[in-house]
Amino acid sequence: MPRAEMKNLPSRGNYYLSGNEAVAEGALAAGCSFYAGYPITPSSEIMERIAQRLEEVRGVFIQMEDEIASICAVLGGSWAGAKAMTATSGPGFSLMQEAIGYGAFTETPCVVVDIQRAGPATGQATRVGSGDVMQAKWGSHGDYQLIALSPWSVQEMFEFTVQAFNLAERFRVPAILLADEATGHLRENVRIPETVKVFNRKKKKGIPPFGDGGKDLVPPMPAFGEGARLLVTGSTHDPWGFRRTDDPEIHAALVERINRKILQARETIAQTEEYFLEDADSAIVAYGFTARSALFAVKHLREEGRSVGLLRLKTIWPFPEQQIESLSSKVEKIFVPEMNRGQIAGEIQKYTDHPVISFSQTNGEIIHPYPMMEEIRRIV
Amino acid sequence: MARIMEKYLRPEIEATPFCPGCGHGILMGLILRAIDGLGLDMDRILFVSGIGCAGWIPSPHFNADTLHTLHGRAVAFATGAKLVNPDLTVFVISGDGDLSSIGGNHLIHAARRNMDLKVICANNMVYGMTGGQVASTTPVEALTSTTPKGNQSPPFDLCRLVEAAGATYVARFAVTQPLPLIKSIKTAIKNQGFSFIEVLSPCPTQFGRRNRYDQPSDMIAYLMEHCVTLKKAEQTPECEREEMIVTGEFVSCLE
Repeated sequence: MPRAEMKNLPSRGNYYLSGNEAVAEGALAAGCSFYAGYPITPSSEIMERIAQRLEEVRGVFIQMEDEIASICAVLGGSWAGAKAMTATSGPGFSLMQEAIGYGAFTETPCVVVDIQRAGPATGQATRVGSGDVMQAKWGSHGDYQLIALSPWSVQEMFEFTVQAFNLAERFRVPAILLADEATGHLRENVRIPETVKVFNRKKKKGIPPFGDGGKDLVPPMPAFGEGARLLVTGSTHDPWGFRRTDDPEIHAALVERINRKILQARETIAQTEEYFLEDADSAIVAYGFTARSALFAVKHLREEGRSVGLLRLKTIWPFPEQQIESLSSKVEKIFVPEMNRGQIAGEIQKYTDHPVISFSQTNGEIIHPYPMMEEIRRIV
Repeated sequence: MARIMEKYLRPEIEATPFCPGCGHGILMGLILRAIDGLGLDMDRILFVSGIGCAGWIPSPHFNADTLHTLHGRAVAFATGAKLVNPDLTVFVISGDGDLSSIGGNHLIHAARRNMDLKVICANNMVYGMTGGQVASTTPVEALTSTTPKGNQSPPFDLCRLVEAAGATYVARFAVTQPLPLIKSIKTAIKNQGFSFIEVLSPCPTQFGRRNRYDQPSDMIAYLMEHCVTLKKAEQTPECEREEMIVTGEFVSCLE
């Protein structure tokens, strides 16, 4: 549904919301008009709020029979022309993986919110974790790229949801809002601006919907019902969508393009934020809720006279390689606190010769600044 | 005259991928005849299909919007598309394994919601594309590539399944009953709710050759001999019904 027809969009002002509620408002602000989901702790508040809000703005909400159905309905809805979203947590995110790969291969814009909880398996449903960061990249079979953003505040739950929609539409790819339980259930002030920048997918008649896509490698995307007689398939396809399941060149070119369109835009997509890094000789690299503890730790360590800084990853995928390389030229030691067993620490190690020290915690609790500070004092 | 349905096919299509004797090509033609009969605009139709031989009936052949999805998930994709654009006439055309085994949950829930989808299940009683493995629709005793001593588990009655779940149009016909099947597809299109047609479509390659139907024509002959109308079945004593395949409209709100 065109945004102009939508009513009661979130209006400007300061609100006191939970992270999950802010995601729902961010989705509406971005123009989301279709949501399909399945209840799961700790993400359900997103669905509950959006169920009510989509009715108010004349969008469409449906609670599906499972997470697989939810993501598939979202992909179908996206091809029918809507900006579409679903939200879940680890177990549901696992179930969605096959369809997320389908979304990547058929270049279907959509937003998947993963409010990470402590896994694996059912794990601790109400507790926090960030064990899904590698799953967000490698969860489906085959070679593809997605976009994954990691908010650390309720404000960013709103803003990054908008960004996730914009990036999904711009690059024709599923975008993951990779938040965690602590940020999802955090309540704090959020400022909703008068207008937000919204990107809508490119449409152009007569251009192959799976063609080379020009310089940015993103072809235009018509919707069902527009007379484009679309041919969409998750099998290897040519620029018009015809199955080409035994042509090595077409397969290689398609896989190359869906990867390259994201990787070549890495500089635009991959965002980071620096704190106290100008004169730092050691750095913490953190993301999500953990970055809040990390900033607290850095401020205190600074007061103690230690030259420690923080690089906060706002984007996880595509990975901010250049920022890590540049950090590596400034500091000697990189310290990575994570609510998993070093998933991003390992990634960072690929882009630096300095030792990356993983500070991992997988007990379903947030990482407190004090043990982090103690560990840094020990090694710095 | 024989090629009149070609206008509904994409110009690039030269041949179907189906095996000799497969019923899916017949079904393809019958669906188009129903659409032609109602004078529907192909620009306003979406065909969604899953994985397997029957998933290829609409994709890439039909010259309309076609969405060839994941195995089992066609109904879920179709639900999303229909909700976003209710003006589309949305068909789901897929196989028995796709719709009733891996996709069984989506099937019954869409029926429960009375989602306005026209679901055509091409039932060949076996997993054809992957090599003839037993399906949730394979008759008891039938030989398949994974039941070398014969299938021990009874098949679903798909029509009763979706009827119980809430479908508002339910019918079963074989590809050997072209005229009632065309009429049934037309009724499904007109029904504003969940419509389900089980279409019996022979698979001589994977089912017939293992079960003593040596020629494709043997399977066609079997269907012609055993498919009976609802009325005839009702007039037959219960003990004699075992060999019968009951066809007809089981649920219909329309005349």
